[in-house]
Amino acid sequence: MEIPLSWYLILAAILFAVGVYGALARRNAIAILMSIELMLNAVNINLVAFARYVTPRELTGQIFAIFIMMLAAAEAAVGLGLVLTVYRNLRHIQVDEINLLRS
Amino acid sequence: MSAHQLAFLVLGVLILVSALMVVTVRNLVHAALFLILCFAGVAGLYVLLQAEFLAVAQVLIYIGAITVLILFGIMLTRKITGGAQPPLASHWKAAGAGAGAFLLLLLYVAMTGQWQVSDQPPMDSTTTLGLALVTRYVLPFELASVVLLAALVGAVLLARDETR
Repeated sequence: MEIPLSWYLILAAILFAVGVYGALARRNAIAILMSIELMLNAVNINLVAFARYVTPRELTGQIFAIFIMMLAAAEAAVGLGLVLTVYRNLRHIQVDEINLLRS
Repeated sequence: MSAHQLAFLVLGVLILVSALMVVTVRNLVHAALFLILCFAGVAGLYVLLQAEFLAVAQVLIYIGAITVLILFGIMLTRKITGGAQPPLASHWKAAGAGAGAFLLLLLYVAMTGQWQVSDQPPMDSTTTLGLALVTRYVLPFELASVVLLAALVGAVLLARDETR
């Protein structure tokens, strides 16, 4: 318990904000996927820190973290499938130039 | 300052610097490599938090699977002629302001929140997780396999070239 819980929370908050910035500001769809992975990692840090500090006998947060990792893997696979489909149709994956639904 | 705190600070700086490089660097392959560095730092944090199973899972799933998948995606979609386009969208300042405001909110909650920190020693991570996953959380555990199957089928269906 030498490290205060708030250190982990602050680190995860900064990492999450970096991920939010990347997801909003990057143009490339794969870079946005990477930013989403950063955000999921920040959430996992929070959950594991809470599991260690608040419920060290049940470790519920670690269970949550396992499911988030599983969903992140599924998200990466489906997301890259979508990106590949967009690339095949438009020959680029710059998200601010994809406006197929604009009339 | 104890060794634990020093390790935390080193890992924290490693994670944050590599995360910033991921969202700003122009070359996507470099961004993916910095992403690996960031994931490795997070695995180190899990070791500090005595979550050994998650640390190994992080290395296996994130570093081993997801970043390789992302690298393949970059390889399959990179324009051969391009490269001169700016990596950030024109509204990157607004995005930075939004992310900064969100960061302030999160920091406020993290600093002022009163958490009931338990002083009990932690359980053995792998044993507890294994038991919990096949007893109390067996239904989500089985549902996870359905989700993974659906994602697998969906990814194959999406990436399939229908013209052939």
